[in-house]
Amino acid sequence: MATTSTQPVFIALQANNDTLPIIDAIRQDNPNAIVHDYPAMVKIDCPGRLVIRRETVEEHLGRDFDLREIQINMISIAGNVDESDDEFVLEWKTH
Amino acid sequence: MAAEGNAKPAKKLNLKENYALLTRGLGWEPSYEKKEDIFRTVDFEGVVIHDWDKWEDPFRLTMDAYWKYQGEKERKLYAIVDAFQQHNGQFNVTDARYVQALKVFINGITELEYDSHRGFNMLAREFPGVGPRIAAQMQSLDELRHATTQIHTISQYAKYFTGMNEFPYQFDRVWYLSIPKSFFEDAVTSGPFEFIVAISFAFEYVLTNLAFMPWMSGAAFNGDMATVSFGFSAQSDEARHMTLGIEVIKFLLEQDPANVPLVQKWIDKWFWRGYRLLSLLATMMDYMLPKRVMAWNEAWEIYYEQNGGALFADLARYGIKPPKRAPETIAEKGHVAHQMWSVFYANRDAVGFQMWLPSDEEMAWMSEKYPDTFDQFYRPRYEYWKAQEAAGTPFKNSTLPQLCQVCQWPCLFTESGDPTTLSLRESEYQGQTFHMCSDGCKDIFDDTPEKYVHAWLPVHQIYQGNCFLPGVDPTAPDFNPMYEALRYMGIKPGVDNGDFKGSADATNWEKWTSRPANIHEGAYTDAVRDTASTADVTARKAG
Repeated sequence: MATTSTQPVFIALQANNDTLPIIDAIRQDNPNAIVHDYPAMVKIDCPGRLVIRRETVEEHLGRDFDLREIQINMISIAGNVDESDDEFVLEWKTH
Repeated sequence: MAAEGNAKPAKKLNLKENYALLTRGLGWEPSYEKKEDIFRTVDFEGVVIHDWDKWEDPFRLTMDAYWKYQGEKERKLYAIVDAFQQHNGQFNVTDARYVQALKVFINGITELEYDSHRGFNMLAREFPGVGPRIAAQMQSLDELRHATTQIHTISQYAKYFTGMNEFPYQFDRVWYLSIPKSFFEDAVTSGPFEFIVAISFAFEYVLTNLAFMPWMSGAAFNGDMATVSFGFSAQSDEARHMTLGIEVIKFLLEQDPANVPLVQKWIDKWFWRGYRLLSLLATMMDYMLPKRVMAWNEAWEIYYEQNGGALFADLARYGIKPPKRAPETIAEKGHVAHQMWSVFYANRDAVGFQMWLPSDEEMAWMSEKYPDTFDQFYRPRYEYWKAQEAAGTPFKNSTLPQLCQVCQWPCLFTESGDPTTLSLRESEYQGQTFHMCSDGCKDIFDDTPEKYVHAWLPVHQIYQGNCFLPGVDPTAPDFNPMYEALRYMGIKPGVDNGDFKGSADATNWEKWTSRPANIHEGAYTDAVRDTASTADVTARKAG
């Protein structure tokens, strides 16, 4: 589902070994994402929409991944959430 | 077992089907009690809900998955807390000034987690919809977890440092702790919809990133692995709470247009209430982190102006406008941390932690971060106070400040356009005059004066003589009202409060760690191991 919004959504994750493959997957699937490194924390901004795809995380992680595992290392989010078995989406709907 | 082996395995449900069965599938229609007798508070605020089933948790988290992931979070967190305690982590933070911030946290913030636990328990009882009830149950458990993990973590600091061992007692009595206490009690005594808009949306979605992202990242930067771990563990729940906040807002706005003005009023009120409460973070970030990640004004730009801007742009399609008093928060962002630190410093004999004036290094940083405000308005004040300290006549307030009837902060803030004039507002109600710190607080008072006239304002109560321990005789010749009021509040005069230099915390820190208690001022005592040559040390001590 496309959005026309360019307002930033974000996800912030703990900076640890569990999240490295998730961050790599986000970079791969969201070319416009900007990754900010802070002490202990990574904040990823993206205009309009950011998607985390289960398959991409699994490629980087080398094992099966349940998207709900993100809950363990997630610090914060901005945007409307839609989660299915395959995708975790953050999105603003309007300009 | 053969029969089982032959059975066709059940088709695995997808996330959405599983969620539907384990939430709405668990609900039922009452048959022998009337709905309005079961859900007693859901109507009185005037909110119109046509179909509770339209509400869905976008995480689609069910109770079984909840316990699984929460259990994992706890195991991770307690492994770190154990390691922290076993390795004397309390001595690995930057310096002992940092520990003063933890006192503010345990005395003023942890109790809010417990209050929130109570509030969401009530919502889990009062909401007729199954989806929001389950989300509220989970959040209620989360908040209890946050309170207990914070208490466990900070208990290690309480073994070594002053001012952290009486937190539940102090929360109900210390004059400035009525700021967080009254905030949450205002929310929890509202109706269920106002409570959830106040806490889940205005506070958690719009504002708490400021507490748990830059401040906790700052805790990590200062070496406090225990605090950052409970902070981020709590925040992993918070991301879910924030989602509840935005889903509730959308649900209310989509259910009926009549809800729009109610929701707007609550956003305006609770954004301002939450902002006033969280301004405390401004001073904690700018003054209490010896090593800093970002300044308050930068955090406000990122987390309110940029991210809040995106949020309110999204909500515009429902006719919702940004909070009425948001412009004031932007106008104040270069002032609020400095004004607050000044008031704490001036009242340092009446607070439960120790205070200091910013070092030259810190003032240089503030000049850089606050080029439009710091050198003009606040540096001269600190330099004057430093000179007074050096002359042996340090400045102190000997009286307690005027409090705002709504937010209960001292009336310490200035007019938006004029940082040299205090902002003071008044309203009349039933022949009495009430005082507010700002237009934002006056809006709130004027909308429901009958609620705020009941506020228990600690400074008023102290001056009326209602804050002394049993057996204290105010007519005794040696009666010292300040000393007795502190004892009533659970603050040990001369131990928990006053100047950081010379305090038990500073002296013990140097004795136990051989490192300076204030990294910017050098050693206060001979306990600090000196790595300079003997001649340098002798010359410095002589000089």
